[in-house]
Amino acid sequence: MSNERHTIVVTVNGQRYAREVESRLLLSDFIRHDLLLAGTHVGCEHGVCGACTVQLDGLPVRSCLMFAAQADGHEIRTVEALASPQDEFHPLQQAMHDAHGLQCGYCTPGILMTMTAFLDAHPSPSEPGVREALSGNLCRCTGYQHIVDAVLLAAERMRGAR
Amino acid sequence: MTTRYFGAPVKRNEDRRLLTGQALFVDDVELPGLLHAALLRSQVAHARIKSIDVSAARQRPGVVAVYTAEDLGAYWQPGPLLVPPPPIAGIVFNQRCQVPLAKDKIRHVGEPVAIVIADSRYIAEDALADIVLDLEPLPVVVDLEKALKDNSARVHDDVRGNVAAHVRQTKGNYAQAAAKADHIIRRRFTYDHGASQPIETRGVVAKWDGRANQLTVWDTTQAPVFIRNGLAGMLGLSERQVRVIAPFVGGGFGPKIMMFYPEEVLVPWIAMQLDRPVKWIEDRLEHFFATSHERSQIHDAEIALTKDGRILGVRDVFLHDTGAYDPYGLTVPINSQCTLLGPYVIPHYDSTFTAVFTNLPIVTPYRGAGRQHGVFVIERLMDIAARELGIDRAEIRRLNLIPKDAFPYDNEIIYQDFAPLGYDSGDFEPILDKALAAIGYDEFVRGGQARLREQGRHVGIGVACYVEGTGIGPYEGAKVQVQANGKVSLATGIGTQGQGHFTSFAQIAADQLGVDVRNVDVVTGDTDQFYWGAGTFASRGAVVAGNAVNEASLVVRRKILKLASEHFECAEEDLEIANGEVSIVGVPGRSVRLGELAVKANPMRGAVKPGTEPGLEATAYFGPPGGTTAAGVHAMMIEVDPETLTLEILKYVVVHDCGTVINPLILAGQSHGGVAQGIGNAFYEHLMYDTQGQLLNASLADYLLPTALEVPRMILDHTVTPSPLNPLGIKGAGEAGAIPGGALFAQAIEDALGLAQKGVELREIPLSPNRLWELLNPDAAALGEASPS
Amino acid sequence: MKPAPFRYIAARSLDEALAAKVQHGEDARFLAGGQSLVPAMNFRLAQPTVLIDINALAELGGVRRDAHAIRIGALTRYYQLEADAHVAAHQKLLGEALPHIAHPQIRNRGTLGGNLAHADPASEMPALVLTLGGRLRAKSATGERWIAADDFFVGALTTALAPDELLAEIELPNLPARTGTCFMEVARRRGDFALMGVAATVTLDPDGRCLETRLGYCGAGDRPLLATEAAASLVGGNVTASDIDAAATLAQRAIDPSGNQHAAIGYQRHLAGVLTRRTLQSALLRARQSAGHA
Repeated sequence: MSNERHTIVVTVNGQRYAREVESRLLLSDFIRHDLLLAGTHVGCEHGVCGACTVQLDGLPVRSCLMFAAQADGHEIRTVEALASPQDEFHPLQQAMHDAHGLQCGYCTPGILMTMTAFLDAHPSPSEPGVREALSGNLCRCTGYQHIVDAVLLAAERMRGAR
Repeated sequence: MTTRYFGAPVKRNEDRRLLTGQALFVDDVELPGLLHAALLRSQVAHARIKSIDVSAARQRPGVVAVYTAEDLGAYWQPGPLLVPPPPIAGIVFNQRCQVPLAKDKIRHVGEPVAIVIADSRYIAEDALADIVLDLEPLPVVVDLEKALKDNSARVHDDVRGNVAAHVRQTKGNYAQAAAKADHIIRRRFTYDHGASQPIETRGVVAKWDGRANQLTVWDTTQAPVFIRNGLAGMLGLSERQVRVIAPFVGGGFGPKIMMFYPEEVLVPWIAMQLDRPVKWIEDRLEHFFATSHERSQIHDAEIALTKDGRILGVRDVFLHDTGAYDPYGLTVPINSQCTLLGPYVIPHYDSTFTAVFTNLPIVTPYRGAGRQHGVFVIERLMDIAARELGIDRAEIRRLNLIPKDAFPYDNEIIYQDFAPLGYDSGDFEPILDKALAAIGYDEFVRGGQARLREQGRHVGIGVACYVEGTGIGPYEGAKVQVQANGKVSLATGIGTQGQGHFTSFAQIAADQLGVDVRNVDVVTGDTDQFYWGAGTFASRGAVVAGNAVNEASLVVRRKILKLASEHFECAEEDLEIANGEVSIVGVPGRSVRLGELAVKANPMRGAVKPGTEPGLEATAYFGPPGGTTAAGVHAMMIEVDPETLTLEILKYVVVHDCGTVINPLILAGQSHGGVAQGIGNAFYEHLMYDTQGQLLNASLADYLLPTALEVPRMILDHTVTPSPLNPLGIKGAGEAGAIPGGALFAQAIEDALGLAQKGVELREIPLSPNRLWELLNPDAAALGEASPS
Repeated sequence: MKPAPFRYIAARSLDEALAAKVQHGEDARFLAGGQSLVPAMNFRLAQPTVLIDINALAELGGVRRDAHAIRIGALTRYYQLEADAHVAAHQKLLGEALPHIAHPQIRNRGTLGGNLAHADPASEMPALVLTLGGRLRAKSATGERWIAADDFFVGALTTALAPDELLAEIELPNLPARTGTCFMEVARRRGDFALMGVAATVTLDPDGRCLETRLGYCGAGDRPLLATEAAASLVGGNVTASDIDAAATLAQRAIDPSGNQHAAIGYQRHLAGVLTRRTLQSALLRARQSAGHA
């Protein structure tokens, strides 16, 4: 057994971090407890619930299924980076607010990180397409309807803004 | 009062923090020197503990302490009884509450045996493997009927037959009614275990500040005030020395109001022992065993009817699985017993239940809290009655609805709040009509279904009615204060887990005080901000705390008007409050900001007049005389693949009456979420235990929470029958969506597959494609090709 | 749910990865997408002492097509397969199965090679590679070899890979002309492991008679299975509905499901019959369409 440590350099939300981490440290724990970016939540630690979803080099992935050491040299984006520095919501954040797409809000950061990437790739999604994209994020409060509404609303607004 | 906000779809005040990742959840609490806990949990369901050796664990680098029951000394005590048994004549109740760490005996898989405190959770988990546990296995009690036998093993050595409770409640005289009946139907109905599975698991962080003599506990509880009071008592502190904060909580749905969970007892005590802050965050695997769940019951029910379909009476005898302990008293089975009566005139009722101890995790309320069992039984009886008497299933329901001139309606038995089960108000028939119209019932039964069937499509409809006793006491309180900056601060003692309290309570206060709803800052779940309260449960937050907010706001409003009338030297009647200021009606330019008045009310010099109080502040409490009765009808159209027995929901309709509505947006969200849990409960989620009390599917890969692909778009509609029991006319709505799901699925599947013609009745929940296959192929299922469980 | 300690080696080259495997032997595991391994480690069901991370090895990625086959680098992630033009045009069976694999975030990370080497019998891809008659290139520090899919899957979570070998590439032969394919599965929720999944290929001769059929199953035994007798029963004739029914019955007998919490053995067998019929009907129709016989 080994508690060996690695020095990693990771860019998170545009900021470069050099940290020493134990091999087994999960990326989710690294983001939350080492970098203190607690907006990324942990729900199951076995890759089912999606609460810990972050964007790794632009793609949504489960941060509980990666080790921090694996993020060395990569770029990560978390919920804290979605709103503008002037605190303006991302269109999906705004739509989630407008459509009441969150209740307890615990799953919300993971949903935002999944669905903002989806919207970038699918500017004119259908409802079934949204539901399919959302299916890897469990929400226990909303029954998903208002989240789906919010994603469709955000898509419409983002198209209008183009 | 202008009602600018009350009833409006106001967007939520709390959203910004949640959407930007800035909201504080328990696991977000970081403190210098923080230690981390992990618990050693039993792998077996029933055993005597011969020895526990933690010496190797204590030696592991990074481990700070390890405690067993022995190490707790006098602090080791069984937990308190949260809800005592109700005052029902002849009741039997054996109180056996959970312990912080198992001492002599283990009573369910996952019961904690030792707790490790280490520098990190990783190391704490490493150390669990170092602990040597010597156990003598005991026969496991899982089957409810076998548990009651004299020769059964005993979960608690001194409780013969494993009887946790025995309760009989009657209304009228069922035997006499049955003697006159044209038709009697008897059936057995079963309901198996499911779990609430909030996406945030439970967690506790505790910090002892020796200099300030102050204990601070962050807890995912739904009832922080009771946790504060209990901890103070256990730890020998005054209540003022203990601050319990339930910050943002990631979903609760009932099990987070259970107390005291072992970790809630252990973590604060250990933080004081070590004089270091300690964090325990339940992981998902632990959650399956360490957090309470719900719902195993077996009902033997009987309904007596006239030949034209009128109910004469119902008799029900049921067993309720309470798990290894019964700290939450009888809330769940009492709810089942009471809610079975539903929206129907049932003149004679005879209901007896036995709550049974088993070697399974503890059963306490989860959204619906036993109500769905009662609804399942009566709604299935209605379906069978309709079929056997040749009456349309919607019509037999309509025929038996309590007429609108019969309210308040007395059901003559005792409810979970210890008060008689009375329905305060209601008008059920329009709810049924709206639901039938929205699902297209008439067209469907008059040919629509047959035409689809000709196309090879197996489509069916379910229609289920329910009532829900909501908004029960004892009380909640609120403190409302206008601050010098003109903003309003509002504090209440209940915890919040996503119900939108930061907004709905703000709406009530904003209307009374004439301020922008965004300028009302709501604090919930912090015992230092509000001292008194009961908690968030039984669909009561909006009703009870909402009315307390209204009462407190009214007092502040009167203070504002009085002070402003002195300021302007005019009559209070000439004043109006709006846009954050008080002005004289019809005199433009004569106004004073609320913040200025707040400063005036708290002067630096001079005197506050005798008989008045400083500040524009008031605290008020509201205790309802009885619970409010919400009601609803859900209708669902499904299509079943007759070969694979998988299904798709084509349409889902909710028509609900929860009195006056504070915020329709929030209400819709509550309905949607409840329905999703009802769908999960009925067709996807199932805690599968084997005969040894082992859970076979303890992961979210195998415990199937519905995703966005399983939950359909829903159509919502409402009727409004205000409650006469509170000034705002509100009834609760939190649990309703989850209640009729089982009844709906059973009926709709039977309808889609024409099961009645095949002699198959669905009398159990949860269902699944596999279970349907087994019911349809009893011979194949019996040939050893059935499920391993 | 935190993993036990291990040593982490970020391999910078294939040689380095293979050498590390030789050095650490069976206690070491290659870490590709990690979407099966890391959950097992978080539950502490798997406790490898060394992880050799191969994610940086570009030579293990990419999809190539030549006159005979599509070659897929083992590190190719599912989302890359979903977006790949070769796969979309020439291996529609893969395209049909990919959306059934877990959820988008998992497909962004999970790799084809990692999935095949994990060899979960309920997983879709092993059954597909088997049905398509694929072969797999295993590399070790001392050389490489090709293993036919038939020989690769040995048992539940067990493959023919030696302790020092790494799955480097997957080769799927091009489908013959006049071939139709179909994949269907029944899972509790979309993205869950299949309670039963069936892949069918039907190849017709120029006269519309069945030249070859292959039927592959996931969730049907301790490894992905082929129903060779059922498939062979269709060869040579103009396939009729009753032929398909008969083949489905043969297939039901050929498989060996073990049952699980969500499906009794009998229900799995029942599903195998239903899905065999449905996939054959669909594959046949598609074959006829591609042959212009529709």
